[in-house]
Amino acid sequence: MAPPSYYMILSAVLFCIGVSGVLLRRNVLIIFMSIELMLNAVNLAFVSLSRAWGSVDGQSIVFFVMTVAAAEAAVGLGIILATFRNRATVNADEINLMRW
Amino acid sequence: MAEHFPLGLILLFPAIGVVFNLFVGQRAGRTTVGIVGAGVIGAAFVVGAVAFGRLLGLPTGGALTSTLWPWIEAGAFKVDVALRFDALTAVMVLVVSGVGMLIHIYSSGYMAEDGDYARFFTYMNLFVLSMLTLVLADNLLLMFVGWEGVGLCSYLLIAFWYTNPEYAYNGRKAFIVNRVGDAAFILGILTTVWVGATHGLWTLNFVELRQHIAWFGPATATMICVLLFIGATGKSAQIPLYIWLPDAMVGPTPVSALIHAATMVTAGVYMVARLNFLYLLSPDAMELVATVGTITCIFAATIAITQPDIKRVLAYSTISQLGYMFLAVGVGAFSAGIFHLMTHAFFKSLLFLCAGSVIHGMGGEQDMNKMGGLASKMPITCTTMWIATLAIAAVPPFAGFFSKDMILSGAYTSGHFGLWLLGLITAGFTGLYMFRLMFMTFHGESRVEPERAHHLHESPPVMTLPLMALALLCVIGGWVQLPEGWLWGGSFSRFLSGSVGIFKPALEASDLGLSILSLAVSLTGALIAYIFYIRYPGLPTYLAWRAKAIYQLLLEKYYIDQIYDALVSRPLFFIAQYVLFKGLDYYTIDGLVNGTGTTVEASGDAVRRFETGNVQHYALIYLIGAVGIAAFYLYLVMR
Repeated sequence: MAPPSYYMILSAVLFCIGVSGVLLRRNVLIIFMSIELMLNAVNLAFVSLSRAWGSVDGQSIVFFVMTVAAAEAAVGLGIILATFRNRATVNADEINLMRW
Repeated sequence: MAEHFPLGLILLFPAIGVVFNLFVGQRAGRTTVGIVGAGVIGAAFVVGAVAFGRLLGLPTGGALTSTLWPWIEAGAFKVDVALRFDALTAVMVLVVSGVGMLIHIYSSGYMAEDGDYARFFTYMNLFVLSMLTLVLADNLLLMFVGWEGVGLCSYLLIAFWYTNPEYAYNGRKAFIVNRVGDAAFILGILTTVWVGATHGLWTLNFVELRQHIAWFGPATATMICVLLFIGATGKSAQIPLYIWLPDAMVGPTPVSALIHAATMVTAGVYMVARLNFLYLLSPDAMELVATVGTITCIFAATIAITQPDIKRVLAYSTISQLGYMFLAVGVGAFSAGIFHLMTHAFFKSLLFLCAGSVIHGMGGEQDMNKMGGLASKMPITCTTMWIATLAIAAVPPFAGFFSKDMILSGAYTSGHFGLWLLGLITAGFTGLYMFRLMFMTFHGESRVEPERAHHLHESPPVMTLPLMALALLCVIGGWVQLPEGWLWGGSFSRFLSGSVGIFKPALEASDLGLSILSLAVSLTGALIAYIFYIRYPGLPTYLAWRAKAIYQLLLEKYYIDQIYDALVSRPLFFIAQYVLFKGLDYYTIDGLVNGTGTTVEASGDAVRRFETGNVQHYALIYLIGAVGIAAFYLYLVMR
């Protein structure tokens, strides 16, 4: 089995990709996906550390994360959908009605 | 020595007059206002006369006192509103209230047709009240209250017809010029406190200052005296601050009489006489007072010779006569100065009231070139004015003879020959300009404009009666001080000696010889006036044409107003407009205020750039922060 540091590096890389996606992309859906990617990068870190230290704490936290992510996905997609119906766009820069 | 007496009454009556005329005067009838206005001054005069009677019962140097209430108590420093009535104050109170009362009576006739009757009497009463406060005060600070009070009233009264911009300007001029002197006066008071305080003497009381006079060295005394004297040059119209007085005549004529005779201008002479113990410590200051007085004396007299305006001649005459008074107090002849102050109050108020009567009869005309031959039309005015003229020209036995003689003999016997000579020459000028005024106004051919001629009339009795009363004083007023050795000779000086000491001549001189000499000079001046204005009426015009430069110089009053304008007013206005207003106020202070606003706005505008409203930007900043914190903890762990 590969050493835990490999998993940690993979997790960090995935997280950075997610961060970059959130910061750089303008498509709301892509931003949303990037957030999911960050969540899952963290999940990966949790389970791998859980395995390495022989503790189930990390795995149980991952369940919570997945639950929250599922709920979030439902709400987030709902908002995106509603916004798209109103504004006919998924570009974050154009969704600026509340901006000063 | 000091006996209690309700001196507050002397001030109370004029104060009642002020309050009454101010609040009730508009509704009360003119008669009531006139009676109250003159009556309260008369009441003050009666109280003053009673106090004078009590004072005569005391030994020389005695005084009546009355402490009204404590005023300032700051640590050891203590000033009361306290009054003191000694010989010097007695003379001043009687002159101020007595002459003031006559002027008030006259005013009720002179101002009869003016719309602002009550306001006029309010100011007049306040004027007398301030002057009485000034002379009754037993300390410098209360004296200063009166000092400022007369300054205020002169402003109010000179600018009485304030709708005329020129009159309002002249009122402001009087006020501001006086303010210059008053600033020095305040410094003088502060220096007195400062010097006294270094010796633990926290007082401004005249009696206490006099007791501890040894603590004042010659240098500090000189400083105090010079500062106070600068204040006096403002109030008493001496070089260099005399310029307000000639312009002050735009006020109603009784006001001029009040300013020139009873109140205001005599304040400076009184102040020097009151502080004689301080001035005697400083020969330098005395020398300055005498020199400034003498120069003013001859300077103003030469201007008076050419002025065509009847009131302007009298105004310069006042400046000149005040110069005599300062000459007297400057050479140490304090009682002579006060004596001349008193006789001057009689004849100068009479001269002004007569001039007012002439102006009244002429329907407002003041130019003597448009008068002449009025003697037959206004016999009472003419006669009384002649008496005043003889008094001011120092013709015996009229009042001015004795006082001017005393001053000149004081100047001579104290060894000031130069000043004495100038004073003597001025006596000639005095005769010249006064007789010129009389000849041009009352005698010779009438130059009155026809439309004014037919309603030319003598003034009503309410105006002529005060003239007669003052004329009587002009005749007998000088007899209180006959030359030493004659009947009750020197009684006035002896009466005053408790307050101002006795004049000690440095050398012997024949009083009679000096008197005859000064009389001869005066009469020469009068004779020249006669030749010029009665015998050969064309001569003045010819002479003015031949000596055009000198004539023009005198007519334009040595261009002093223009010089002051160029040297003082314009630079001040320039500084005010461009340095203070534009430079300091507009650009610096407003700049600071506006700059603060602009800075806040600009920095807000700059910081605003961070608030893009773009969530991704916030997230980036958040990320940077998070990475920073993580790096920090990592650094701590790794170390």
